Amino acid sequence: MQNILLIYFLFSLGIFVIPVKVFKYKAIVLALVQVGAFIYFASKIPIITDGETINSILNWIPELGLNLSFILNGLSLAFALLITGIGALVFIYAHAYMKSYANTDRFFFFLFLFSGAMLGLVLSENLIQLFIFWELTSFLSFLLIAFFHEKEPARKAAFQSLFITGFGGLILLTGIILIGSVAQSYSLTEWILKADEIRSSAFYVPGLILILIGAFTKSAQFPFHFWLPGAMQAPTPVSSYLHSATMVKAGFFLLASLNPVLSGTIEWTYIIPLFGVITMLVGAYFAITQTDIKAILAYTTITALGILILLIGVDTKLSIKAAILFLFIHAFYKATLFMVAGLIDKKTGTRDLSKLGGLAHYMPITFIVALLALFSMAGFPPMLGFLGKELVYEAKVQSPGIASLILIFGVAANVLMIAVSLFFLKKVFLGKKNNYSKNPNEKGLFIVGPALLATLSLFFGLFPNILGNSIIEPAIQSIFLETYHVKLKLWHGFNKVFFLSLFTVASGILLFYLIDKYPKLLENWRKLNNKIFTIKLADVFSNGLDNFIEFSKRNTRVIQHGYHRYYLLTIIVVTALLLWFQVFVTRGWELPTKLSFNPFYISGLIGIIIISTIFSAINKSRIATIIAMGVAGYGISLIFLYYSAIDLAITQIIVETLTVVMFVIVLQKLPRFAKLSSKVTKIRDLAIALVFGSVMTILALKAVQVEFNHTISDFFVENSYLKAYGKNVVNVILVDFRALDTLGEITVLTIAALGVFVLLKKKKA
Amino acid sequence: MEILLAILVGILYTAGVYMILRRSIVKFIIGIIFLSNATNLLVFLASGVVSGKPVFVGEEPANASQMADPLPQALVLTAIVIGFGIVVFTLALKYKFFELTGTDDLDQLKKTDN
Amino acid sequence: MNSVILQIAARYIKALLVLFAMIALLRGHNYPGGGFIGGLLAALSVIYYGFAFNVRQVREKLKVNPATYIAIGLFLVVLSFIPSILNQLELMQGVWLKVQIPVLGELKLGTPFLFDMGVFLTVIGVTFLFFFSLTKVE
Repeated sequence: MQNILLIYFLFSLGIFVIPVKVFKYKAIVLALVQVGAFIYFASKIPIITDGETINSILNWIPELGLNLSFILNGLSLAFALLITGIGALVFIYAHAYMKSYANTDRFFFFLFLFSGAMLGLVLSENLIQLFIFWELTSFLSFLLIAFFHEKEPARKAAFQSLFITGFGGLILLTGIILIGSVAQSYSLTEWILKADEIRSSAFYVPGLILILIGAFTKSAQFPFHFWLPGAMQAPTPVSSYLHSATMVKAGFFLLASLNPVLSGTIEWTYIIPLFGVITMLVGAYFAITQTDIKAILAYTTITALGILILLIGVDTKLSIKAAILFLFIHAFYKATLFMVAGLIDKKTGTRDLSKLGGLAHYMPITFIVALLALFSMAGFPPMLGFLGKELVYEAKVQSPGIASLILIFGVAANVLMIAVSLFFLKKVFLGKKNNYSKNPNEKGLFIVGPALLATLSLFFGLFPNILGNSIIEPAIQSIFLETYHVKLKLWHGFNKVFFLSLFTVASGILLFYLIDKYPKLLENWRKLNNKIFTIKLADVFSNGLDNFIEFSKRNTRVIQHGYHRYYLLTIIVVTALLLWFQVFVTRGWELPTKLSFNPFYISGLIGIIIISTIFSAINKSRIATIIAMGVAGYGISLIFLYYSAIDLAITQIIVETLTVVMFVIVLQKLPRFAKLSSKVTKIRDLAIALVFGSVMTILALKAVQVEFNHTISDFFVENSYLKAYGKNVVNVILVDFRALDTLGEITVLTIAALGVFVLLKKKKA
Repeated sequence: MEILLAILVGILYTAGVYMILRRSIVKFIIGIIFLSNATNLLVFLASGVVSGKPVFVGEEPANASQMADPLPQALVLTAIVIGFGIVVFTLALKYKFFELTGTDDLDQLKKTDN
Repeated sequence: MNSVILQIAARYIKALLVLFAMIALLRGHNYPGGGFIGGLLAALSVIYYGFAFNVRQVREKLKVNPATYIAIGLFLVVLSFIPSILNQLELMQGVWLKVQIPVLGELKLGTPFLFDMGVFLTVIGVTFLFFFSLTKVE
């Protein structure tokens, strides 16, 4: 399984290296790879329908519970088939679509990598690993949306989507870690085993909310939905892929696979449907007032995502069944419609609804394809969409919790969807023929993908059990964790659901009739919208970001003032205060020994060091300062010598000499001491220095009292000759016992030397 | 004697801090040297000082309790040499700074950006 | 600086310092000394010579680029790790070769000595590079 992923990453790299000029059929090759992967996954259907799963684990950091762990169960199989299947069609479509653009090397590289990342996401068994793929898809979708980066809206939309989905991903990670701390594992299988423990823990609610935010941002749920219409700035193949099989479905996938772990609580069945319902209605409401055909489709995607999330939240067997079926329905018709929209855009040069019309005459096949897809979207028989709508209604009718709200909103949303579908069909394909600058045709490979998918919508609508038994059933089983048989049929008989459906269709057609007959109606509706919804979430978002940047700029100007000594001052004062605080907390200690001046020569030596130090600090002559500094240094080396550290003493003497030498060299070229500080500044600095120095004295005295654990030192002493054949223990430590540290040290020295060399080398003329 | 040494450490730190807060380049670097000396001495002192017992062993198994602690000595030896490297690097940095700006005043440092 | 006394003294003192440096390096494992001390001493001798005469002359006499010392030094350090790898010991574990020499007794040659040698050369190179950079002699 991981080999499939490896192939994706290798192929995307390989395809990036070969320029498109050399090899024109890149996209076709990639489509074939997708087909290969599709066949591979399809060949696993018999195994999965038997209720088994395919697992594979590659150990990475087992101590931390981080492994590359993959699982193929019913749910991930359903997604994998969608990703590879629609992926193949998208690549064929992209081959035709991207011909006229530059930089397609980059485009195919990103898009194929994106497929791979999405595949990795649905196959992940480890949740940290899932998070990595999750963020990878966010990042790649950013690059794809920003493909036309010379346009400002594209850059803005790309940033917006990256910010929201990437940020949501980080929140998701927090949630995963929180739940993971309860389960003591990041493995999904482990989580499922410990589901009861997780649900009853105190971390459940915060963890659930964090994970939900992650899923909602990715799946464009209200109030994060606004990034999705912006994302239509991407080239159409990307939109088609993003909206149907990948990216936005990731949030749904996550909630579906975490369903066995987190569901079954009041929080789950209330929070999720609530947001789903709002999203569903918001999407449908705004879809009908759009004029750009891609924008209409984007808003209907929001509706569909709302329905999916809602169904996962309702959490009955029927609702899950409806959700999985609807996932396929939506993937089929949405990919089709986006590809059709891209084709229309390409061939007519416009996406504006008011400038289109009568295209059925020029593009008959496209018309039929779009008709099928739109009927599926509207939920008319005999399309697969009809089945889906019936099932969704059934689920809603039977749903516990906020059922009545869900049902009312659901009917409203469906009425709007039907009206949108019919309106789209009428405005684009029927009606009077407009004059197009280009002569619309449907040549090229454009129509292959949409035609196939639309046919599938029809075929599965007529024979739903083929899809139901092979894919939907195992997917549901992997959520329920028990065998469940799916029977799908077109005709359910005269029941409550049927009449509800009938009512919806009638209202939808009525609404369509009204807005078609009286164009003023829609226009006023738009005006009304502009009046009511003056605040656009996307603008709020970007303004908020601008304000934040302005705020941090002002902040930075205050904190980063650029005065070297005030930075130091801050550090020193804070350190001193913290140390004094610690001294205050641990007061009540005694001096280690009594003050003595014995032996007198060391006392005298210390006196000399102190005097020369003070002399060095206050003297105005540069040479005198440096000599006094040297005296202090030599004095310290004598202290080392007296206290049994011979090697230290020698090193200190030589280093002190070298330092003085280096100083003298540079000093010739530097100016005299200037009198730069006022008296007040000097007194202030002296006070700070004394506060710091005195606390260091206390620190030193306390440190002397501490009893050290000598085991390491004792080991070195005892084994110095026995194991390392050296009598000078200090040297043995340096070159043998702790040779790694010494290696680090000489590396640092080398870097310092290179730094000095580079800083001071003469510029070549 | 530890008390005297601790006072010495304190005075070295005081001098060091006072000097790195000066605006003159040379004083700043001397301040760094004092700070590094003070820290070396602090580490050395903290491990406990004994006189006249250097850490040399014979060919027979050695008794650690009769000797000074070798580990802090090795640490400080490393620190002295590294300190030397840092001082020279700072020296070169300030030298370059003076060459570019023609001033000894560290407050001018903020203006050479861009 | 053009002091005749310093120049004459420098010749002998330089030789003496180099000799000291070698001794410090060679006996470092058993007596005070070692790569750091030896390297610093050796570098000091050249710097001293440079003060007595002309830094540029000294640089020209030196022929070898300071960076080369660093390179050889680091190479020796890495080289000293190889025997431990070949003997399948922990990396950097000392490997010793005991050679019986008549009269003098047993001589022990080990990778730590090679390591110390590398430190010695690196320290020399670093100090040279400091010195020649600061005096602006390339």
